Amino acid sequence: MTPSERLDATFTALADPTRRAILARLALGEASVAELAEPFAMSQPAISKHLKVLERAGLVSSGIAAQRRPRRIEAAPLAEASGWLEKYREIWERNYQRLDALLEEMKQLEEQARKGKPQ
Amino acid sequence: MNMMTNALQVAPAGERELTITRGFAAPRHLVFDAHTRPELVKRWLKGPDGWELAVCEIDLKVGGKYRYVWKKGAGADDGMGGYQEMGMGGEYREIAVPERLVNTELFDMDWTGGETLCTLVLVEEGGHTTLTNTIRYSSAEARDAVLASDMEKGLAPSYDRLDALLEEAAHAA
Repeated sequence: MTPSERLDATFTALADPTRRAILARLALGEASVAELAEPFAMSQPAISKHLKVLERAGLVSSGIAAQRRPRRIEAAPLAEASGWLEKYREIWERNYQRLDALLEEMKQLEEQARKGKPQ
Repeated sequence: MNMMTNALQVAPAGERELTITRGFAAPRHLVFDAHTRPELVKRWLKGPDGWELAVCEIDLKVGGKYRYVWKKGAGADDGMGGYQEMGMGGEYREIAVPERLVNTELFDMDWTGGETLCTLVLVEEGGHTTLTNTIRYSSAEARDAVLASDMEKGLAPSYDRLDALLEEAAHAA
């Protein structure tokens, strides 16, 4: 998945209240599909469809176990970031603010030179 | 007379370009100088907090090379994954003083999937300069990764809300 696709998948996953509730329940600990379906007026297959969306986004994983296959929450995609990319805009905003100040200085020096004044 | 915004704008263009736009209250020959004279470049092109442009070499001619190396000072912001140094360089392809500068750009750590092509255009009107820097990435994926990270910053509050929701759920048990 490209970073862009991963972002899309994460936001699709989070854009549904049932899926958000599933994540909240999994934050408390592993649960099977049956356990996750319990609080909802929803069949297990319907819950499984939601789980597939969450798994595709990497937000939920299923333990390699026997039949019950409990689901776990995976925090990594939510925390995904990398130093320089994340700070790209911040760095450029600050650089250009410094350039603003430098340009003011340069304008004044030029003005003084034009008037023939000593610098 | 319009109120022009000087604020930094970052926008995608085409399949693999980003356009950076910024206004400056200065004539363009000064903006051009600030981009091409090493003693001036060092004054503003610093990178994250606490970093300095330790090396700045510019051979300003077509086919000439430039080299920048940023070094992390003591007590600097460490969101950079433990790097102490960040080098970048490239070659000038077109130079038209004071309005246009085209050069390649490649970071030593190559986080853009190959070199990018940067086109700097300066347009002046009545002592005010609009700078447009168009960065062409080697692929759509590389451009999208930079754009996604930029959007991600805007979406950080959504992640914070999810954190709060999860914490709430944990305590409601």
